Amino acid sequence: MQLTVWTYEGPPHVGAMRIAASMEGLHYVLHAPQGDTYADLLFTMIERRDTRPPVTYTTFQARDLGKDTAEIFKTACARAVERFKPEAIIVGASCTAELIQDDPGGLAATLGLDIPVIPLELPSYQKKENWGASETFYRLVRAFAPAPDRPRQMRRAGQRTCNILGPCALGFRHRDDIVEVRRLLEELGVGINLVAPLGARPSDLPRLADADFNIVLYPEIAQVAADWLKRSHGQPFLSVPPIGVGATDKFIRSVAEMAGIDTSVQHPPELRLPWYSRSIDSTYLSGKRVFIFGDATHAIAAARIARDELAFEVCGLGTYSREFARELRAEAHEQGVEPLITDDHLVVEDAIIAAQPELVLGTQMERHVAKRLRVPCAVISAPVHVQDFPARYSPQMGREGANVIFDSWVHPLMMGLEEHLLGMFREDFEFNDEQHPSHLANAGAASKRVQHPAEHELIVLAQTLSWDGEAEKELKKIPFFVRGKARRNTERYAAERGLITITLETLYDAKAHFSR
Amino acid sequence: MNATAIPGPTRPLRERGQHEVFCGLTSIVWLHRKMQDAFFLVVGSRTCAHLMQSAAGVMIFAEPRFATAVMEERDLAGMADMHDELDGVVKRLLDRRPDIRLLVLVGSCPSEVIKLDLGRAAQRLSTSHGPSVRFLHYSGSGIETTFTQGEDNFLSALAHDLPQEPADAEPSLIVAGALADVVEDQFRRILKALGISRVSFLPPRRSTELPAVGPNTRVILAQPWLGESAKLLASRGAQILSAPFPLGEEGTTAWLKAIADAFGVQSGRFEAITEPGRRRARKAVAARRSELEGRRLFFFPDSQAEPSIARFLYREAGVIPVEIGSPYLHRHHMAPEFALLPDDVFVSEGQDVDNQLDRCRAARPDLAICGMGLANPLEAEGIATKWSIELVFTPIQGYEQAGDLAELFVRPLARRAQLKMGA
Repeated sequence: MQLTVWTYEGPPHVGAMRIAASMEGLHYVLHAPQGDTYADLLFTMIERRDTRPPVTYTTFQARDLGKDTAEIFKTACARAVERFKPEAIIVGASCTAELIQDDPGGLAATLGLDIPVIPLELPSYQKKENWGASETFYRLVRAFAPAPDRPRQMRRAGQRTCNILGPCALGFRHRDDIVEVRRLLEELGVGINLVAPLGARPSDLPRLADADFNIVLYPEIAQVAADWLKRSHGQPFLSVPPIGVGATDKFIRSVAEMAGIDTSVQHPPELRLPWYSRSIDSTYLSGKRVFIFGDATHAIAAARIARDELAFEVCGLGTYSREFARELRAEAHEQGVEPLITDDHLVVEDAIIAAQPELVLGTQMERHVAKRLRVPCAVISAPVHVQDFPARYSPQMGREGANVIFDSWVHPLMMGLEEHLLGMFREDFEFNDEQHPSHLANAGAASKRVQHPAEHELIVLAQTLSWDGEAEKELKKIPFFVRGKARRNTERYAAERGLITITLETLYDAKAHFSR
Repeated sequence: MNATAIPGPTRPLRERGQHEVFCGLTSIVWLHRKMQDAFFLVVGSRTCAHLMQSAAGVMIFAEPRFATAVMEERDLAGMADMHDELDGVVKRLLDRRPDIRLLVLVGSCPSEVIKLDLGRAAQRLSTSHGPSVRFLHYSGSGIETTFTQGEDNFLSALAHDLPQEPADAEPSLIVAGALADVVEDQFRRILKALGISRVSFLPPRRSTELPAVGPNTRVILAQPWLGESAKLLASRGAQILSAPFPLGEEGTTAWLKAIADAFGVQSGRFEAITEPGRRRARKAVAARRSELEGRRLFFFPDSQAEPSIARFLYREAGVIPVEIGSPYLHRHHMAPEFALLPDDVFVSEGQDVDNQLDRCRAARPDLAICGMGLANPLEAEGIATKWSIELVFTPIQGYEQAGDLAELFVRPLARRAQLKMGA
């Protein structure tokens, strides 16, 4: 049993769900108890999708146990196929259904469906979300792009095309990364055969075999599938996620080499990180101690950017992706720090405390620790929350990705500096709201000055009006961001009626009065 | 559909299909704020932990007040003694967080399916860590509880542990159901003005402030989802008062009246004390009525508060309930609500979400009240929605919040009217 305050990954069936939700025409029938539909919110809320994810849950309850849960699964499966008419379905169990051992794959097979059924074995008590996504994608690729009799020959240099593997639903900035990567490949003149799983249909997957090589953008999701395609189809793959200036250069060179074309790596003017980082304003970034944690792909990329492109000092580096521990260890060794391979948030917290960083680059979970330690923090990797699925174009990959990274990593440091300064002047009459971080209090104080009517009016009010203790206390219970407005309205209401003391009654009378 | 076939409150439509609802673990999201010295430890799987952080993790916690003891392969394979493992987890937790006064072990689907005895664990841990830390247990599993039922089970566990009040004690009142602090304070003031001073709230704000219960205790439910808690409090000798729930002017008055009658408050005094609140509530709701009158509302099941909210909107704001879905209908506790709703109102209990979505699309309501798994997809289909979870997280009870409650339904409609962006 593991004490888990925050978990870096969901259970493996959430990974399978991400693959299903990435694709078109694929439905997932999941044997799961009532309540597991919470996962729909990951897609409808966090990713803000406008459709329900293509998942049917059996949502069994206690009263169903011991009699007909298998029957419930079969009914749900048959009805899902009838209603949604998918090209194929994947079937599997969540952690609780795994315990009752109904065998979704076997049950689905007995239904005699006329579409492909891919059963998933996802051991919930051993494996996690990324493994589940990777395994699901691999099973789909195997099922729809079976090994040919003999591996195909590569096209001639200059005519080769590639598949892009890995981008998927709920991936950290996958939506925009893929745009940026497409742009890089277009510049090189390398044709894209298929992007999967994001946007692909099961019936597209056989076309994977048409490409000459594969590009793995997110090894956590697609490395296993790419390995299999290499073995069975003879397609080589490259796995150089282009995150950062140096990595993007390397990516371009690797793609060119695999496509058999000559290229010279250019830095066009819209790539601003190198100059921004060289400009004197960035001097104070030198040697900033930074602690990095995330999935292996993003953590390793971040460590290289931090050292080579921003001149930070990496004081800690770790990942929760056990599958890529070796790669991370190598990078940590190169940076001269102890690698941290763990999925235990409390261990990461202890490591951060020990490393005493000035900046934490981590996941949503590191934001909790950073808040506690009052250390600036930026998010570089999943798990993330709704604010990291932004409306604006925000890739991490390619040239624009490097620009985005510069802004988002440096921003909290500026904020940190501001906060220190404000903290020095805590006794200041203007910045003295003790309940909020000083930068918020600052905004509150400023808006109070702006929102209040003319000063002399306030003085008049102060002379004639007083709040009784109970009313004052009640006012404090109103959330701070509307409290000022409530106070002003109540005072105005009382003044208009010639009241001298504001009581609870006055407060609520005013609330009702101004309620429209 | 002819009139006799319409599923009214006595003949709700019952369906068995996919339930698009939360499990009871979600109740921790508000309970941890209500009871500040309590810590909720879910004993479950990674799915449970993932649910909790997906729901609450958008807030940044310096000191989290909930966590999950995630069961692993070796626990299930019997290679590790689950109770020893749990003891280890609790020790690690208490070492890090010595401020915890009440540690609540919360059962989940996996722990219920393998029948891990959390009652025994709580007892054992009390012996080894008490008396500075109390231990409680309840189930928030999806197979047994839907959303707010988690609170019901938690309050039952608390009620089980309440001190016994002597038989000759003065009459006292327990208001059951987690309420926003400001609502609690308002009710306390009104009750005091009515001359009822021995009032306590369950759950209390701190675990050390648990009320006593006995044959002279009256209990009024402030939330509709407390079937088990009411049963348990009744078994401790308390008298459960029956009333509509305190939503809107009418509901709040009837609710307070049930208390006043039980404590022999004279009607003149009751009128005098409640009149200002009633007047304000009516005024505040009237200001929103024009936006809501005649609007057709469709309630998907979520919290069990759906009939009460529908009653308020129907009686005080003039809306037309097209369908009132509820995950569970407690006949007895809901009877006063249905007495105020039309006899032929369409009521469904349980869910088959795909069928219900078909009914919703066919009805084209002006507003669908639904969970967040359905809200954005329905909006994209052109159906305005009000996400229902907010009704559990917002102060909506009592006179002073009646306008705010109506406002929650006005806002999505007003927003749609205001946004002008083509498409």
